[in-house]
Amino acid sequence: MVGTALFFLFAGLAIACAISMVYHKNPLYSAISLVGVFISLSCIYVTLAAPFIAAVQILIYAGAIMVLVVFVIMLLNLDEDKPLTRLRYLWALGGGLGVLLLAQTFFIFYAVMRAPNQEVDPNTTAGKTMDIGRAMYTEYLLPVEIVGILLLMAIIGSVILARRMSQPQLELVVDREEERRNLDDEE
Amino acid sequence: MEPSLASYLALSGILFTIGCVGVIFKRNAIGMFMCIELMLNAVNLTFVAFSRYYSDTTGQLFVFMVMSVAAAEAAVGLGIIIAFFRNRLSVDVDDANMMKN
Repeated sequence: MVGTALFFLFAGLAIACAISMVYHKNPLYSAISLVGVFISLSCIYVTLAAPFIAAVQILIYAGAIMVLVVFVIMLLNLDEDKPLTRLRYLWALGGGLGVLLLAQTFFIFYAVMRAPNQEVDPNTTAGKTMDIGRAMYTEYLLPVEIVGILLLMAIIGSVILARRMSQPQLELVVDREEERRNLDDEE
Repeated sequence: MEPSLASYLALSGILFTIGCVGVIFKRNAIGMFMCIELMLNAVNLTFVAFSRYYSDTTGQLFVFMVMSVAAAEAAVGLGIIIAFFRNRLSVDVDDANMMKN
């Protein structure tokens, strides 16, 4: 009973934060709402008896990725998101896609509800940190190695992408952009 | 008594829908990036729920992989956003038309 109550509390919180993230025009408010989603999902992982994933969710998502995102938002000093004016058909596309995905969700919900009830094995070891570690370094060693190489590539790629341009080149880019904007305004 | 598998799947589906609609409605590259993170999280929730109800660790292992890929995506994606901002002084995706003409 307590599990169900906690699930609905955190599920409601996650959905509310997700809607708030899409609704807010200011990227910083969106980022803070997304942290709320991550934290409520982490609590839901605890109700699913997955403490390792819950801890890693907080560490990687709320701790590392969102700090990076907030850092970039602060660094770029972004103004508010402009309203959708140029591409009107996107409203139809987005609305249609949303309705389609929601219909699919309800279909899955009813299909799984009608399926024979899946009981949770009370003696399961799935989700114990030791169990995950053992599986990671024996059975799934190759995927872990591949992910390691992927992370290495990401490090090298981000260093190359974010490399500082030499100062004259940067000024050239800024001048060109300002010229382009002035031309746009004159038109 | 625990909530059923169907309620976890429904929550995951709703979060995925919100993320997917957000990617289309957001005009700002960082907002789109955050919506993609939300979609990845919705998928993670499905993995963990199935892992719990089928008593199999594999699902949780793949959540770990998805998180690593999300971290790599964050590093490269934000690098691209910063490089784009340096060139156009904006992160609006409508301004990403340098290859158009």
